[in-house]
Amino acid sequence: MSDIPKIRLRNVHKAFGPKTVLNGLDLDVMPGESVVIIGGSGTGKSVTLKCTLGLMEPDSGTIEVDGENVVGLGSRDRERINHKFSMLFQGGALFDSLPVWENVAFGPIADKTITRKQGKELAIEKLAQVGMPAEVADLYPSELSGGMQKRVGLARAIAGDPEIIFFDEPTTGLDPIMADVINDLIVKVTRELGSTGLSITHDMASARKIADRIAMLYQGKIIWQGPADSIDHCDNPYVQQFINGRADGPIEMAVRK
Amino acid sequence: MNFLQPIGHYVLKFFGSVGRLVLFTLTALSHCIRPPFYPRAILRQMIEIGYFSLPVVGLTTVFAGMVLALQSYTGFSRFSAEGAIANVVVLSITRELGPVLAGLMVTGRIGASMAAELGTMRVTEQVDALTTLSTNPFKYLVVPRILAGITMLPILVLIGDIIGVLGGYLVAVYQLGFNASNYIQSTWEFMENMDVVSGLVKAAVFGFIITLMGCYHGYTSKGGAQGVGKATTDAVVSASILILCFNYLLTMMFFDK
Ligand SMILES: Nc1ncnc2c1ncn2[C@@H]1O[C@H](COP(=O)(O)OP(=O)(O)O)[C@@H](O)[C@H]1O
Ligand SMILES: [Mg+2]
Repeated sequence: MSDIPKIRLRNVHKAFGPKTVLNGLDLDVMPGESVVIIGGSGTGKSVTLKCTLGLMEPDSGTIEVDGENVVGLGSRDRERINHKFSMLFQGGALFDSLPVWENVAFGPIADKTITRKQGKELAIEKLAQVGMPAEVADLYPSELSGGMQKRVGLARAIAGDPEIIFFDEPTTGLDPIMADVINDLIVKVTRELGSTGLSITHDMASARKIADRIAMLYQGKIIWQGPADSIDHCDNPYVQQFINGRADGPIEMAVRK
Repeated sequence: MNFLQPIGHYVLKFFGSVGRLVLFTLTALSHCIRPPFYPRAILRQMIEIGYFSLPVVGLTTVFAGMVLALQSYTGFSRFSAEGAIANVVVLSITRELGPVLAGLMVTGRIGASMAAELGTMRVTEQVDALTTLSTNPFKYLVVPRILAGITMLPILVLIGDIIGVLGGYLVAVYQLGFNASNYIQSTWEFMENMDVVSGLVKAAVFGFIITLMGCYHGYTSKGGAQGVGKATTDAVVSASILILCFNYLLTMMFFDK
């Protein structure tokens, strides 16, 4: 393993109007590692990923990918950097005007690395990797169940052989068994590709399964991080409250303002 | 002096939205002339805008032509100037009613559905997903729609002109009892190239306005289903007002000496 982190966030700040979301976030993700960020809803987990992908600009701080600062890049450089990434979106974000196979092969076809005809073969191959039959290829996303959409989203995320994959709440909204299927698939496909993974979730079962390392986001900062198997005997009261799912503790929910 | 505060607030807000719209327009135009282009997406939009709007445009213009003939007959018959009906019908249709009616009908049909489609894609993160799949959403979503609007509206209006004049002819000949060949002859006599050309230029401008407003409000919508609904309304209202406003300006430009 090299010493340069695949992704390195330093002192990242992001606010929407008066509302501070990220407040000096620091995080390193090493090559080949799978890091999971845990944290409550609305703590800025998705915002962290979107800043890294250039879908949002952080207000200040640096974000490095393979040692290169990517904050404020021009569109051409951004496109080059984004070739390294792919993302499984929270709601799947499949293009509902296109059939499943065009969704899966969208990236490689857009890159012109393959023709549309080869795209269909590639899609069927990637669908098989996530355990879906070839017949699904000609369906439209609206004809699929939530779990199947997630799998198609996963197939799309791995179709371009990315170096880094982001998973935004991959198991939210799924039943526990389908959630476990998705977790297994995430572990399998990232291992097969040898890619670096950065996931965000508030599902502890999922975090334990896919993480090498877990980091907890609270009030815009990483307040704890460590190997996945050390999380149960860490003495951080915030982490303890979160992983045990207790309503009372140091984390205060903003139920009233 | 407290009452100045809300006024200042609204003035700033107004210039803020005008600035954003101008920026959006310039970005869209600059992407219109830079590759890559998406011919499949352009073709798809051309069919959606041109072909599927034909029935609505045909129906509105045929009735407009018919009522013009009927109404001008009531006006002119007193001065026994029935021959002027052909003149009124062909001038009104080609210069004003063809482009304006087609523009407003297509606004209702296309402007609304574009805003709803792009708005849904925005709130379900499909727009973000495009970026991660190395596709510029401006080039893939906005440019094809605008190009299709600019090219298809003149064709629609040309067809609408023909149908509208035909509507006037039907009423004049079969209901009011004019001589068919005289009517056709006076139609040809009164019509000038400039009438038709000005109408087609108007149509191209309206096509740009409709698609630009649909794309702008959809692309920048936020806040779930409610935001998409608002985007749809805003797209239709702003495009309709702009069409009537530009119609006046263009008429002034073409015919005011
Ligand atoms: N585009 C945006 N505009 C304004 N506020 C936003 C935007 N995106 C996210 N936020 C706010 O930032 C906070 C964090 O959002 P997010 O990162 O999506 O949370 P989560 O940790 O659940 O993924 C939320 O309170 C949300 O309201
Ligand atoms: Mg989120």
